[in-house]
Amino acid sequence: MNLFPFLVAVWLAAVGLYGVVTSRHFVHLVISLSVMQASTYVLLLAVGYRTGAKAPVFADIPARSRIVDPVVQALTLTDVVVEATVSALLLALAVQAHKRFGTVDPDELGALRG
Amino acid sequence: MTLVPLTILVPLVAAGLLAASRPLASRLLADVIALGAAVAVLVMCAILTHRASHGEIVYWWGAWRPHGGVSLGISFAFDSLGAGFATFAAALMVAALVFSWRFFETVDHLYHTVLLVFLAAMVGFCLSGDLFNMFVFFELMGVSAYVLAGFLIEHRSPLEGSLNFAITNSAGGVLVLFGIGLIYGRTGALNLAQIGQTLGHVHPDGLVVAGFALVVCGFLVKAAAVPFHFWLADAYAVAPTPVCILFAGAMSELGLLGVARVYWTSFAGVFGAHEGELRAVLVTVGIVTALAGALMTLGQHHLKRMLAFATVSYIGLFLVGVGLLSRDGLGGAAAYVVGDGLVKASLFVCVGILQHRCASVDEVDLHGRGRVLPIAGVLFGVGALAVAGLPPFGPFLGKALVEDAALGQPGYGWVPALMLIAAALSGGAILRAGARVFLGLGPRGEPDESSDEAREEAEPESEEPHDSTPWLMWVPALALMAAGLAWGLIPDLSHSIGAAAARFVDHAGYARAVLDGVLTTPGHVLAPHGASPGSYLYGVGAALGAVAVAALALIRDGERRLGPLMALRAPLQGLRRLHSGHVGDYVAWLTAGVTVIGGVFMIALI
Repeated sequence: MNLFPFLVAVWLAAVGLYGVVTSRHFVHLVISLSVMQASTYVLLLAVGYRTGAKAPVFADIPARSRIVDPVVQALTLTDVVVEATVSALLLALAVQAHKRFGTVDPDELGALRG
Repeated sequence: MTLVPLTILVPLVAAGLLAASRPLASRLLADVIALGAAVAVLVMCAILTHRASHGEIVYWWGAWRPHGGVSLGISFAFDSLGAGFATFAAALMVAALVFSWRFFETVDHLYHTVLLVFLAAMVGFCLSGDLFNMFVFFELMGVSAYVLAGFLIEHRSPLEGSLNFAITNSAGGVLVLFGIGLIYGRTGALNLAQIGQTLGHVHPDGLVVAGFALVVCGFLVKAAAVPFHFWLADAYAVAPTPVCILFAGAMSELGLLGVARVYWTSFAGVFGAHEGELRAVLVTVGIVTALAGALMTLGQHHLKRMLAFATVSYIGLFLVGVGLLSRDGLGGAAAYVVGDGLVKASLFVCVGILQHRCASVDEVDLHGRGRVLPIAGVLFGVGALAVAGLPPFGPFLGKALVEDAALGQPGYGWVPALMLIAAALSGGAILRAGARVFLGLGPRGEPDESSDEAREEAEPESEEPHDSTPWLMWVPALALMAAGLAWGLIPDLSHSIGAAAARFVDHAGYARAVLDGVLTTPGHVLAPHGASPGSYLYGVGAALGAVAVAALALIRDGERRLGPLMALRAPLQGLRRLHSGHVGDYVAWLTAGVTVIGGVFMIALI
């Protein structure tokens, strides 16, 4: 097992988290969140990877070929859809914030406290 | 069996129809379709709850059954506790829809559409027998909830509340999925029972513990346990009041259901030897959540924000019940969730009625103006005492069962005393607000910064005060409170909940039912007792404590001389300052919480 992709996943999660925590711009915030979510794609694909195996598409390879795990690929695909929905919603909210209140800084919106 | 898929297909198809018919259909049609679908889900889930009391119901989508004890398909697998929770969520949805009917003067079809999707996600989460599908329903629930929280987007605070809610919970979703990835990497399984079987009873290693810790923390973000709770008050204070009924009554509690479900189906075997350590961690988090939430409740003037923090406090108490990791604790928590959810929903409806009538949700601003609504005042006062644990209401029964379970667990005898303090503080805060608004008691305080915020937040939903309250708004308030009272009076309720909980915690029995299709009876179905005599003392004590807290808070001139509440002032202000409204801080707290809880798990469970 190669450790590298797992380290990449942890790294992506960490930098994404750092971006979310320190962000001063909603669009930057949403992208940071996407980076964080990308870590799960790398993790899932790394979990299902097998050295020297083929893609799990049986159209042009024999049925008993050595393939990578198709389940994690399905999970990743589902996750991409989920993540796209969340990002779209968040970006829509960011657009509203800019349109109505003229700010994209989470601190300047500041209506909720205590 | 054909009922199982219909429980999520009916609301989803109805939601699709509503969205498609948006250009033509009228408001009446939207209300009727949404209400019809919600009632249908309620009836179906109730039937399934009854059927599941004889054994787990397992439904394989597309009939992909397991072969030789190995499952590849996707299942719904649930017992009467899971189905019962789905029923409860559907019941609250019906109440919310009835209340919305007159609460909103104009509302788009999309509101009903999103509510139905939200319902489908909640039901799916309760019934799912597959870890990844739990995640998908969890996210679907999240996305529809973000939309509902920010529904009144033309105003500043709903926009900010929804953003805070969405970002924090998405981070929680990433945690869950990361954990699922690790667990799948170890077991090659996503079916909960299959994971449990593959992990077996071997000694857990770091990978298993990390996966478990991430999934649990992710679900605790949704449940809003401290220190993951910051988003909750922001989201609940700005969401339309009918939506608050669902958020406070069912959504947060589903996070706890997720923790319980994952633990007992998949990890009870592998962590069996370390149950004590896990119990200590979960009960501690629960108690801290209960006390922090109760303190924050005391500091609020915005009625919805106050009820939101009360929700955090009660989540902590439910987590204590779940975290005791025993049949009685879980059963008590289940009874508590329903009892408390019904009464709290009624309180939210009262706030909604008040808001409809007076166009404000601020305690200081509303001083004495609630006198025009005596029925709401009575409901509010009774509700405040009921959530504090006054017998014989539903919350009392649940709290008593959790307390008895804690007393039955060696070394946890101190838990009921702290539960009493938390319940008295949060109940007292609600009672204080009620006395000020409906009776005009206490001095007419000058509005502070939190009430400015309240006024701004109140604007969106009802800009104009109304002269009368439509009867359709009273129906859910009275019905929910009556149901909350009835819940505590159902004979043998503690027995049937105990039996359901016994099945829920039966790790081996669940695996047999799912993987082999064999229904077993849990071994130790002793008749669990009802509330013990001692718990009546605790219940009355908490209610009296709530009255005392309310009275102390109302006597303002003596503030400096009143030792007990003054002592709370400094920690309260420190605590309030932490709730900065800045989402970066919330995620930083989340990271810290995951690090600490994960670290403790790593040390304690390996």
